[in-house]
Amino acid sequence: MTELDSDFSAREGVDQATVDAVRTVGGAYRYGFSTDIETEYAPKGLNEDIVRHISARNDEPDWMTEWRLAAYRRWVRMSEPRWAMVEYPRIDFQDQYYYAQPKSMAESRPESIDDVDPKLLETYRKLGIPLKEQLVLAGVQGAGETPADGRKVAVDAVFDSVSVGTTFRAELARAGVIFCPISEAIRDHPDLVRRYLGSVVPQSDNFYATLNSAVFSDGSFVYVPPGVRCPMELSTYFRINAENTGQFERTLIIADRGAHVSYLEGCTAPQRDTNQLHAAVVELVAEEDSEIKYSTVQNWYPGDAEGKGGIYNFVTKRADCRGARSKVMWTQVETGSAITWKYPSCILRGHESQGEFYSIAIANNFQQADTGTKMVHLGRNSRSRIVSKGISAGRAQNTYRGLVSMHPRAKNSRNHTQCDSLLIGGNCGAHTVPYIEVRNDSSRVEHEATTSRVDEDQLFYCRQRGMDEEEAVALVVNGFCKEVLQALPMEFAMEAQQLVAISLEGSVG
Amino acid sequence: MPVQKSGNGGLDAILAAVDPKEGTGWHGLARRDALNRLRTMGLPVPRDEYWRFSGPGPLIWPIEGTSPETTRPPVDCTMPLHASAAVRSVFQETDCLRMVFIDGVFSPDRSDDLVMANVDIVPLSEAMALDIHWSRDLFGKLEADGQSPIARPLAALNTAVARNGFVMDVHGQVPKPVCMVYLRETDQSEAIIHSLVKIRKGASVTLLENGPGAARLNSVLEIDVEQNARFDHVRVQGRDHDRVAATHQFVRLARESSFRSFSMTVNGVHTRNETYIALRGDEAKATVAGVCVGDGEFLHDDTVFVLHDAERCESRQVFKKVLGNGSKGVFQGKILVRPGAQKTDGYQISKGLLLDGTSQFLAKPELEIYADDVACSHGSTCGALDEDSLFYLMARGITRSEAQRMLVLAFLEEAIDEIEDLEIAADLRDRLAEWIARHSS
Repeated sequence: MTELDSDFSAREGVDQATVDAVRTVGGAYRYGFSTDIETEYAPKGLNEDIVRHISARNDEPDWMTEWRLAAYRRWVRMSEPRWAMVEYPRIDFQDQYYYAQPKSMAESRPESIDDVDPKLLETYRKLGIPLKEQLVLAGVQGAGETPADGRKVAVDAVFDSVSVGTTFRAELARAGVIFCPISEAIRDHPDLVRRYLGSVVPQSDNFYATLNSAVFSDGSFVYVPPGVRCPMELSTYFRINAENTGQFERTLIIADRGAHVSYLEGCTAPQRDTNQLHAAVVELVAEEDSEIKYSTVQNWYPGDAEGKGGIYNFVTKRADCRGARSKVMWTQVETGSAITWKYPSCILRGHESQGEFYSIAIANNFQQADTGTKMVHLGRNSRSRIVSKGISAGRAQNTYRGLVSMHPRAKNSRNHTQCDSLLIGGNCGAHTVPYIEVRNDSSRVEHEATTSRVDEDQLFYCRQRGMDEEEAVALVVNGFCKEVLQALPMEFAMEAQQLVAISLEGSVG
Repeated sequence: MPVQKSGNGGLDAILAAVDPKEGTGWHGLARRDALNRLRTMGLPVPRDEYWRFSGPGPLIWPIEGTSPETTRPPVDCTMPLHASAAVRSVFQETDCLRMVFIDGVFSPDRSDDLVMANVDIVPLSEAMALDIHWSRDLFGKLEADGQSPIARPLAALNTAVARNGFVMDVHGQVPKPVCMVYLRETDQSEAIIHSLVKIRKGASVTLLENGPGAARLNSVLEIDVEQNARFDHVRVQGRDHDRVAATHQFVRLARESSFRSFSMTVNGVHTRNETYIALRGDEAKATVAGVCVGDGEFLHDDTVFVLHDAERCESRQVFKKVLGNGSKGVFQGKILVRPGAQKTDGYQISKGLLLDGTSQFLAKPELEIYADDVACSHGSTCGALDEDSLFYLMARGITRSEAQRMLVLAFLEEAIDEIEDLEIAADLRDRLAEWIARHSS
């Protein structure tokens, strides 16, 4: 599927909508452009001064600076984990910028979206992210000018190290929901932040989480008060623009008793020859009877067909289902990044708490993905469900790595895990590394995994009906992923479905 | 992939205790190589990835007052056997050729004459003295192959120091099974057994193994199955409660050959059974299965590695574990499909049945696949006896305890089914039933 030329002429009887649809699906990485904007950097490298500099940039109180420094001091004593099935050259952590911000943002923080540098707004427009408070038509991003039967989505847009704007804040505030950049939350809601930050992913958790704790820049903060059902979907859009810059976002979402929130996350980066580092930490806290739905479409630049460039994505995501009957649902579509190292997990502490993990991981060309989940059952009658679909093509390596642990006191708990891998072509790899630890007799754990290739008969059937081979593969793969796609919010499901097709481009023939 | 390294602490102490005399015969070089491997790898430590579920401690701690083979009292053939042999021995009624080892040392007096059609069997101690021997090409070689990607230091230790075991050359269809009986007679015996089996083109043999071997056993069995040859193996690891064992099987399969191995384990405080199977020839088939029933202080670890390195091969792993009274069952199974090993059919199932809240089932069923035209699957489940099934049986007038026994046996059946010889399967089924009846009362 090559990009359609501008002089492309459609066959007779093919309407313009079809041509446009094909045009969007075709073409390689769609978000590879970079924005030419003046950027202010912190000096290159990492030391205590840089940590202080980042903290000062965000006008942080002393306790926060100290918290970061403690993390930094711990980090220098730690070593990089090498157990994942990913291979990459050693990262020079001193050869990175740890803070980059558009100059216009540095001069004065915009009061509202309208004051934001038009170049930045243009970037998000091109990415299809609505930064105006408008309705989004389901499935068609950026088509918000027609507010037909659309749904509202509040967006926090993070550009390199800073948040450029958050929409629908007033309307959310009326419902009592706090949705703001975490830098602002540290200033405006210090009690909440102090209480919850690091309570799910402690500073000492792992190499990348500790690094993040020291240098994190922006990310989102969400607090949904007791009994409130968040009136709209919340979303954050992460964009890395500056070169040689790591992005270290930190997201903290708290659903208080009986609260309910759905959060979407999207990410892209320009096409560059050098690898860039992204090390995020996401903490979710679910109190009694609350529910958090966290969906990600990760589409960082994956590197080119020769494996040059791409994002190194080392992410720690964890949910603490603290309260009884709390529920967390992770859904992820991982199509981007040169390296993915990501294990969104649930600590099922509360009785009858529930954790779900739905994942599609697609690795093409030279991508390497090592991803999965941990379900740690501590509470009685807790339940979890894991559905993981891994697709490998080209020369990619795709690994599912997971843990299901039933502690002695997690009586009557249940887990069902299904992880399927699909191989397209003979040069890629698909691996499964599940850990299953059962320490009580009343719980039931079931794990099943299969690995196979795209079924010849199904392909033949599609080809017979006039599809070309790539279309046929995309259709079969979409069918393979259906269970996970269905778990995504509507806006994302459409996009994800297209992404699946794009990511596999060039994998056949 | 780098070989996992671990600490060297205690290695010298162990080597001093087992006294690795440099061999001068055909095995000398292999032993020196093994010692070098062992020094590079070091002894396993609990934080090693492949020892995370069952620490290596009891397998490497010094046993007080022992030194194998030297301080062992002379065996009195008239004295009654140890408790393990007092009960009717497994395979007792099977028509087979018996070879008996006592605390790891071959006992010619208790063994049958080692004469049978199509097979040459020699104790390792005798084979070592022979000048030229075919086993030169096998001894320590399959073990060395099996050290990557995961280090197995205890097997290297075995190759370096073992003086006992047997060497079996199969060159046709062997009429009766060969049965190895490993008796334990002293309380603190330590046995290191290394055996070789070569099954030549088109030949076949059934090997039975029974008994604990020693208070602590370290065994290595290297099996080379040539084209169209066939090896069947049924092993019963003695009903000796204090037994500690680390066993290893290294298997190489040539074109269209077949390998089947089944292990049954009841009792034993600490057992680690490692199996490494390399399917090197097209259309080879391998099955490895096992049941273990644990009660009380019991740890049983099955660590299986199946390497698919040829086309159209099949492999099956079937493991069932029944665990009660704080016992612990571990399964680590891996299927690795090399690039080009197309049309591979790999299957793996591990199931744990927990009889109470203090027992544990820990599993790590892995797949690592580098070829696309394959069908590989694995499953792993764990839970208690199904209340509905119990209710169904009790509604038909069966007592609760009887119903439980029936369901436990039914649970184990899937693995027992992997034994091809129906008589042996029936024998083992009966023994399991007896054992379960004794322990559930």
